[in-house]
Order: sequence, then C-alpha cells, then structure tokens
Amino acid sequence: MAFSVNFPLFSIVLCFMSAVLAALISGRAARAVTLALCALTAAGALILMFFGIRTGAATEYLMGHFPRPWGNELRFGILEPLLVLLFSLVMLLTLLGGRKQLELDLEKSKSNLYYMMCDLVLASLIALSYTNDIFTGYVFLEICTIAACGLLMIRQIGRTTLAATRYMIFSLIGSGLFLLGIVFLYAVTGQLLMPDLKAAIVSLWANGSYRTVLITGISLVSIGLAVKSGLFPFHFWMPDTYGYATPSSGGILSGLVSKGYIFLLIKLVLSVFTEDVFYKSGLSNVLYVLGAAGIIVGSIGALMEKDVFRMVAYSSAAQIGYIFMGIGISPDLGMLAAVFHIMTHALTKPMLFLASAQLSQAAGGKKRENWLGAAHFNRAAGAAFGFGTLSMIGIPLTMGFVSKYRFALAAFEKSELIVPTLVVLAASTILNAMYFIRVLVVLYSSPAEDKPRVRIRDQIPFAVSAALLILMNLAAGTAAKPLVGLISRGLGLM
Amino acid sequence: MTEVLQKLWDVRVFLAAVVLFAVGFVTLLLHRNLMKKIIGLNIMDTAAYLLLTALGFIEGRLSPIVLGENTDPLLYVNPLPAGLVLTGIVVSVSVTAVLLALTVRLYKRYHTLDLDVIYATAMKEHGVN
Repeated sequence: MAFSVNFPLFSIVLCFMSAVLAALISGRAARAVTLALCALTAAGALILMFFGIRTGAATEYLMGHFPRPWGNELRFGILEPLLVLLFSLVMLLTLLGGRKQLELDLEKSKSNLYYMMCDLVLASLIALSYTNDIFTGYVFLEICTIAACGLLMIRQIGRTTLAATRYMIFSLIGSGLFLLGIVFLYAVTGQLLMPDLKAAIVSLWANGSYRTVLITGISLVSIGLAVKSGLFPFHFWMPDTYGYATPSSGGILSGLVSKGYIFLLIKLVLSVFTEDVFYKSGLSNVLYVLGAAGIIVGSIGALMEKDVFRMVAYSSAAQIGYIFMGIGISPDLGMLAAVFHIMTHALTKPMLFLASAQLSQAAGGKKRENWLGAAHFNRAAGAAFGFGTLSMIGIPLTMGFVSKYRFALAAFEKSELIVPTLVVLAASTILNAMYFIRVLVVLYSSPAEDKPRVRIRDQIPFAVSAALLILMNLAAGTAAKPLVGLISRGLGLM
Repeated sequence: MTEVLQKLWDVRVFLAAVVLFAVGFVTLLLHRNLMKKIIGLNIMDTAAYLLLTALGFIEGRLSPIVLGENTDPLLYVNPLPAGLVLTGIVVSVSVTAVLLALTVRLYKRYHTLDLDVIYATAMKEHGVN
C-alpha cells in the first residue's frame, strides 16, 4: 500500500486544522495559511491522480481499518483527485485574484474568519469528492452550506444578508429532501456505504420488491442535490446570491460549491443508483428537461439584466442547466460532457466575477451603461473578462467549445434527444453571444470621459491568477483529448 | 375495511412522519415570516428523524448497550439509526443557529421579519449598494 493513499484523509484533516488555526490568527496570516493549504491539497490530489492512473484501479480507504459494513470509507480513482485538484487550484486562484476586493469588503478584524470559511468549504468539497458513505455525504453537504453562507454573510450590506438567507433556505430545502431520500433508501436496504447500497439496490430492483420506495428515495436524493446546486426552477436565489457577494465568494460559490453537490450526484448515479435504475426509471429524463429549460431560462434572464454581476450570475443558472442536461442524456458520453463542463465552468466563472469586480471599480458602476470603455482603464481585467465571455459562448480553442461539442456528441447516442439537444445548444449559444458580446462591445468602445488607469503593475495578483486560469482553459481547450481521456477513464473507475 | 384500518394503524408512525415533513417543507418554502420558516425547517428535519427512529426500533429488543452475559446481537436493536438521528440533530441545530443569526441581522437592518417586506425594501435601496 503506497503512502499516498493517505492523502485524501490528510487533506480533509489538514483543512479542518487550518480552519481552527485561521480562527485564532490575524487575517494576513490566515490568508497565507489558506493559500498554502490550497496548494498542498492540489499537490496531494495531483500525486493521487497519478497513483490512480498508474494502478488503473479505484482504491478504497478504510477509516480506522474497520471493514464493511461497520467502517466509514473513502474511495478514489482518477476522477475524484482530478476534481479535488481543480477545486483546490481554482480556490487558490480565486482568493489570490480577489485579494484587493477582499481587502475592501472585509472588516479587518474579521478577515481571518473569511479564510476560515474558505478552509471549511475546501474541506467539505474534498470530503464530498472522496467519501464512499452516503450519510457522510449528507453531513458534509451541510458543512458546505453553512460555510458557503459564511462566505456570503461576510460582506455586511443588507442585500447580501438577504441573499444569504434565501440561499440558506433553498439549500436547506435541498438538504431536507436529500436526508429524507437517504432515510428511504436506508429503510429498504439497511446500507449506507455506497458499494453495499448499490448491491442492495441492484438485488431489490432485480426481484421487483419495494420499487416505489426505491424510486422515491432516489428521486428525493437527486432532486435535493439539484435544488442545492440551483437547477431550474430553483435558481431564483442565484443572481442575488452571486451578484451581491464579494467577488471571490461569488466565484467560489458558483464555480466550486455547486459543483461539489453535482459531483456527489454524479458519483451516486454511477456507483449507487446504477444505470438500470436511474436511466430506465425516467428520472434522468426529468433532469434532462429541467436542465434544458434551465439553460434557456437562465440565458433569457441574463439577457434582461442590466447589472453585469447579476448577468454573470444568471449565466451560472444556464451552465448548471448544461451539466444536468448532460447527466440526463446518458451515463457515459453525457456524463463525460457534464464533468467536462464542470471544469469549464469552474475555470471560467470565478475569473468572470473577479474581472467584473475590477471593471466595475474602474468604470464606477456595476451597470452595463457605466462600463463604456472600461477595458481601456483596466486592460488586465478587460482581457480576462473578454476571454471568459468567449469561453462561455463556446468559441473554438476554449474549453467552452469542447464542452458544447461534447454535449452534441453525447446527444447523438440517443436518437430521440438529438433534435432537442441541438436546438437548445444552438439557442443558448446565440443567447450567450447576444448578452456577452453586448457587454464586450460596450467594454471596448471608446470611453466618454477619461478615468484613472489601473496599471498591471498595481494588480499583479489578479493578473497572475487570470493569466493562469486563461492558460489552463486554453490548454484544455486546444488539446482536449488527454483530459477527455482522463475523465472517461475516471468515469469508468467509478 | 378493518383490514385497511389495521394496515394504516401499522404504518401510523410513517404517516405521521410524512405529514410532518410536508407541513415543515411547505412552511419553509412558502411562509413569509422568517421565524416560522425556521420552525418549518425544524419540523421538516424532525420528521426525517422520527422516520429513522421508528425504523430503527424493533419491538421486544433491548437498547444496544451490552451488559454482562447477553452478547447475542439478536437481543438488541441496531444502534446505527439512533446514531444517524444524533448526527442529524447536531446538523440541524447548527443550521438553525446560522439561520437565527441571519434573522437577527435582517431584523436589525429592516425592523421586520416578513421576507417579502424585506425584499421590497431591499429592492428600493438597490441603487444605493
């Protein structure tokens, strides 16, 4: 047994210890601790991913060496470390790039608490990715919700508190459904560990007993996670929540937290509910329809918005729709597209939020009409925003293009889904282009008045983080094959 | 008729749990008053715990504390559901605390607990923030 199999547990414990530490030290020190923590967990995940590639098998890690069915387990193949790597890196870059804005938005005496919440979010994201026990999943869902709420509340204006309350309420409705679903599944199977639960579900399904309870439980779990991640029609909290939070929080919440929930769902679908039950019971079709509707509704919402932050936030609702549409299409290619889009969105959306914050500051307002020529005053932010929008629209060479291509490819697996999927993809691309290019045009037209220029030298952290995010996006967009291969191998191991 | 009643009586705890869950869910989703929303949340969670507790109890068996000679596992009920309920209670206490803190903050800012009024006020202030 290689030493590196301990890394998942180490990184979760390390996150919790850093959170405790961050509560005790100054804001600056807490930031250093958190950034170092993100780098460490990313490195651990990278090593673990290569371990998974080398062994070509998933590893089950028994906590405290208690065998099934008594113990709690972690499980990791290739995809889990890959996503943890993504989560850690994006959190690192988001915190780094949003540093200036954070200093403005945080009360000095409380800024260490913000980093504590970040540590907790990271801990729960890692735990959600690695856990092999559905109830542990529930506990970490709630930890994630509370910590995410803390990230919102830290900016003390009325609207943010209101947004945090609404976020909390929707999240708790989702968790309630998830919990009830687990109870239903536990009632008929008596299992909580994912492999045992899967075996029990398969045997119950085969002999036809308790079908209604099984379907109800699985639906409750799936819908609970969908509500938590903001799938249409539960997306109404999104624009407020992401739009008024401090930009780093908006980026972390939309780019990472919702993805953690979705990844748990993907994991459950593949390694617990099984294709047979999930795809033949029609549940996948519900997710497909809601996802497709979410894409259109989110895009139209974004089109109507004048506030650029809220527009970017609405576009998140559409992106969540894409991911659920992929999950609904099929367990192989559809799931692959969904995971790829998780990465696309995680690498793009935080950058868009950070760049919007910089540009609003340079332009003196968050409305589109304030932004006239803002890119000339802050070139780095303008470039980051420009690239982010291109990736969101799906211009070739960016990850957004590969995502959309993959969704289309997945749709061709099922003849009845080809037309609706392609129509939705085309419509959403046009809508995306309409609202994003409109902003780009305003951004790069000649300014009405001269405003102070923000030089790149004065915002090196932001420029570095945006450059890295753009580079990763371009690398994965131009040479998508290795990444797609990796994801597909990872899905195979789940 | 008596058979149906007997069947309903056998699942009475589950029925109660479903009704409680629905009451809590609707209150949490639709009620405008923040305090009542929080109460709804607690009713909803309690329903899930009731279901778990009822499922975990087997009539005639002992609570899972091994005393003396009785080591036969069939004498005891499964301790896991009770453990899950305890974990769940801890979780719902913490989310309730967070929600109450948010409510206090909203009340201090807007002097009301009505979410619609708060939302309307916040919309009016939109330009300010």
